[in-house]
Amino acid sequence: MTKLTRSIVRSAWVVVLAALALVTAACADEDTRGRSPDDPIRIALVAPSASNDLAFTQSMVDSLNRLAEEYEITIDVTDGTFVIEDAAVAVRSYAEDGFDIVLAHGSQYGGSLSEIAPDFPDTVFAWGTSRDTFGLSNVYSYSVASDEGGYVNGVMAAHLTDSKVVGVVGPIEVGDIKAYIDGFVNGVDATDSSVTVNVNYIDSFSDVALAAEAAQAHVEAGADVMTGVSQMTVGATGVAREHGSLWFGAQSDQTPLGEEIVVASVVYSWEYQLRQIVDDMLAGEVNGRVIVADLANGGLTMVYNPGFSLSDEVKSAADAAEAGLKDGSISTGVQ
Amino acid sequence: MSDFFTVSVLLATVAAGIRLAAPFLLAALGETLGQRSGVLNLGVEGVMLLGAYGAYYATLRTDSVLLGILVGLAVGAFMGVVYGVVTLALKAEQGISGIGVFIFGLGLSDLLFQRQVGTPTPIDGLRDWEVPLLGGLPWIGEVLFHQNVLVYAAFLLVPVLWYLIYRTPFGMNVRAVGETPEAADSLGVSVNGTRYLTILIGNSMAGLAGAALALELGIFQQNLTNGHGFIAIALVYFGAWRPAGVMAGSLVFGLVSATVLQWKTLGIVAGTTASIVGMFPAVLTILVLVIVSRRTGAPSALTRPFERGR
Repeated sequence: MTKLTRSIVRSAWVVVLAALALVTAACADEDTRGRSPDDPIRIALVAPSASNDLAFTQSMVDSLNRLAEEYEITIDVTDGTFVIEDAAVAVRSYAEDGFDIVLAHGSQYGGSLSEIAPDFPDTVFAWGTSRDTFGLSNVYSYSVASDEGGYVNGVMAAHLTDSKVVGVVGPIEVGDIKAYIDGFVNGVDATDSSVTVNVNYIDSFSDVALAAEAAQAHVEAGADVMTGVSQMTVGATGVAREHGSLWFGAQSDQTPLGEEIVVASVVYSWEYQLRQIVDDMLAGEVNGRVIVADLANGGLTMVYNPGFSLSDEVKSAADAAEAGLKDGSISTGVQ
Repeated sequence: MSDFFTVSVLLATVAAGIRLAAPFLLAALGETLGQRSGVLNLGVEGVMLLGAYGAYYATLRTDSVLLGILVGLAVGAFMGVVYGVVTLALKAEQGISGIGVFIFGLGLSDLLFQRQVGTPTPIDGLRDWEVPLLGGLPWIGEVLFHQNVLVYAAFLLVPVLWYLIYRTPFGMNVRAVGETPEAADSLGVSVNGTRYLTILIGNSMAGLAGAALALELGIFQQNLTNGHGFIAIALVYFGAWRPAGVMAGSLVFGLVSATVLQWKTLGIVAGTTASIVGMFPAVLTILVLVIVSRRTGAPSALTRPFERGR
């Protein structure tokens, strides 16, 4: 092949690739901007753990499914993206595919989102838990006042412990997880200051075996009531079941992990935030902002295990704490 | 710190360390045998995941822990056959093949879990079994003889493997094909036959290690093993390819992890200090690896495929 022929072939390839890029871009534009009001809203979720983790990711999947009962939406999920780079690829792909709303469900995804969102001004992005929109009008961030749920759980834990020792298994000391645990500790302390709360952050969201050993260490230290956050707690609940320790769940309803030991769970109902984002989009008034869910606005709910017989005294104390947090007469003490 | 140095806490810590060490030990012993014959398997993690899922699913469906253990072993053995064909018959590069096995195991175990089970559902896994007479011994009985059967199995396999490697003709063949396969071949030893067998045994033990983890926890979840298989490979180097050394490494790793957990639980360390202390097991492993790698060498033919006449 002569130098001239090679040059012609190379030029032809460039032209073909450029044409393909133009066609792709045109299709993307059509998908994004061509949605008629009657078309369903296309929502994509990118989440770090499994859709059925009985924790952070499942709480969002469940919320989206409930949202689908109110709105015409389609849902596409990419889960298990513990690796941030993988999540970033998924987020960008969804935006390129013309999804209307892309949810990056993890505080670790913020850096990637701040780079991707400016490239797709017609796509709405939401991420959490966080309180940062990077100053972009197409980025919503959502958070949850998990300290309130933690506080209510803490009140009940203080009532239910006989040994006066309560154990907490946490993953990493950040965001809504730290808020939940701090709220829990303060709830116990406000109810019975003689109760000792041992907190153990295992520095992992996913190490189920380490979570189990942390729970075992709590039991050895005398804990008869425990709580924990994130998907690794399935290991800790196994130990709680084995020793008959009571368990308080967080993020998702964890009753299936132990109907005989789970007292209650603080459930994140993300519909509160999702509804506002969808409504903004339908009204053509996308206005990126921070949306925080709490007990008062219904974004955070207490779910009690119907199979666990909770005494009226403890239930009343929990209800009083919840009411106080809602009307502002009680503070969790968490900044 | 005084809270930590009480008899009950120290006993609980040692018992936890032994329990944590068992899955590492099972997987690392299997990998030791494979590496002594010249075969590196970076896919231990993937095989563990598949073994864990197989054991969990079998137990979930039948309520039989014994069947769960057998399925874990069988899944490991099957993966051994696959890995043997890929690396020995097809002569694929061992490091890359192992990574492929890991990714395959990670993906398939999650896919099967999502399709067949869905939500994490607890099972009645392995219960602690008190060894008659020995379990009643003060202190030692509580620490050593109140464990589940796979913990006992892991530690009993140490002398078994030592005997197999150093006191049997098969062990001599394993060492020969791992050091000088050409010489072993000239003496009539089937190099690939020996390697097939070590891969089969090693992968079976990796599957058993996964089963030990899932049945001890009584649950399965995506990526349950969370790096156990990779640590097991590091422990083979840590133990200088000797069963007793591998056991020592597993125990050090387990005990340091358990100690850090106890310190956090008792509030001896917290916040940033706790996070830094939490890195101790990994840092210690790296330090020992550096020291060991200077003093001992890997099997000479490790990762080297064998072809007669070349």
